[in-house]
Amino acid sequence: MKKSNEPFWWAMFGAGGVLSAFFIPILIFLFALAFPLGWLPAPSFDQLEMLTSSLIVKLFLFALIFLSLFHWAHRFRFTLYDGLQVKHLNELIAVLSYGTALFGTVAAGWVLFFG
Amino acid sequence: MTSNITLEVFRYNPENDDEPSFQSYAVPCNKDWVILDALNYIKDNLDGTLSFRWSCRMGVCGSCGMMINGTPVLTCAKFLKDYLPGPIRIEPMEHFPVVKDLIIEMSDFVDKLKRVKPYIIRKEEQPLSEGEYLQTPAQLAAYKQYSMCINCMLCYSACPVYGLEPEFLGPAAIALGQRYNLDSRDQGKKEREDVISQDDGIWQCTFVGECSAVCPKDVDPAGAIQRYKVESTTNWWKSVLMPWSDK
Repeated sequence: MKKSNEPFWWAMFGAGGVLSAFFIPILIFLFALAFPLGWLPAPSFDQLEMLTSSLIVKLFLFALIFLSLFHWAHRFRFTLYDGLQVKHLNELIAVLSYGTALFGTVAAGWVLFFG
Repeated sequence: MTSNITLEVFRYNPENDDEPSFQSYAVPCNKDWVILDALNYIKDNLDGTLSFRWSCRMGVCGSCGMMINGTPVLTCAKFLKDYLPGPIRIEPMEHFPVVKDLIIEMSDFVDKLKRVKPYIIRKEEQPLSEGEYLQTPAQLAAYKQYSMCINCMLCYSACPVYGLEPEFLGPAAIALGQRYNLDSRDQGKKEREDVISQDDGIWQCTFVGECSAVCPKDVDPAGAIQRYKVESTTNWWKSVLMPWSDK
């Protein structure tokens, strides 16, 4: 019997869900609230530049962006599929959703490692 | 002194009616009556042509499921007085074809149930002389919850995915497959995987969770499906990263 490929996408969806649920609220709290509103002393541009030049931080940001995008893509695919009931467009929706996530991943990798 | 409550009952007789209609009946709202008692009151005293399924009246047989005000429930387990002042709208279970009035056609579910092989599969039966297959309390606890399913199909009526994708294997069939997968006496996991780990098996589920919300036996089919997804994903990655381990 034909093996389903869904486990691959679901694994990315699950990993992205866990990572983004843990880390994105912290990043939003720091960079969208605490720093701009002065609740915490904001780091300077140079300090942030130094932080993001470390390989571990680069890898962390890359994994976070890559998996969060694929989490979004999987959820968006099923939202369109079930929500709009456009079953006949399944392939197109999958290509566009995962393609967008792949594009974002490549762009993030470019900025982080070659930018 | 008992007041009356109105039941708006779905009526459809495919031999005479072009389309379904609703018929209202006023029934006494006895405080110890469940909805099924009210339907039997109608059948016995008001209108003998009303058709519906029921058997045990005590939440065991799983025959009397209907949509009550849009929610799938066992009518033997819901008291009339909880719906005061009424009216109560009674319809056949959603997502199934209607045979007559409140009776639905269930062969789709029965076929799916057969496909997951919901029985103990042994590669080799242990000879009688060796006695029973023993189980520890922990081994029993591993599957007991899933064995409480009474095949009432409320979960199929509650599942929006089943409504959209009739080929979806569905909550109860997957939970019952898991019931035998998790049984220490069973060796049929591999055979069931070919049915359950498919695009129209667990992978169609988007974890809406309504199946578990309406289950009258607290089986938690949604939980069974998500656990199976984790296991199936682990197996998939294993077979990709370690192809030699895939027998």
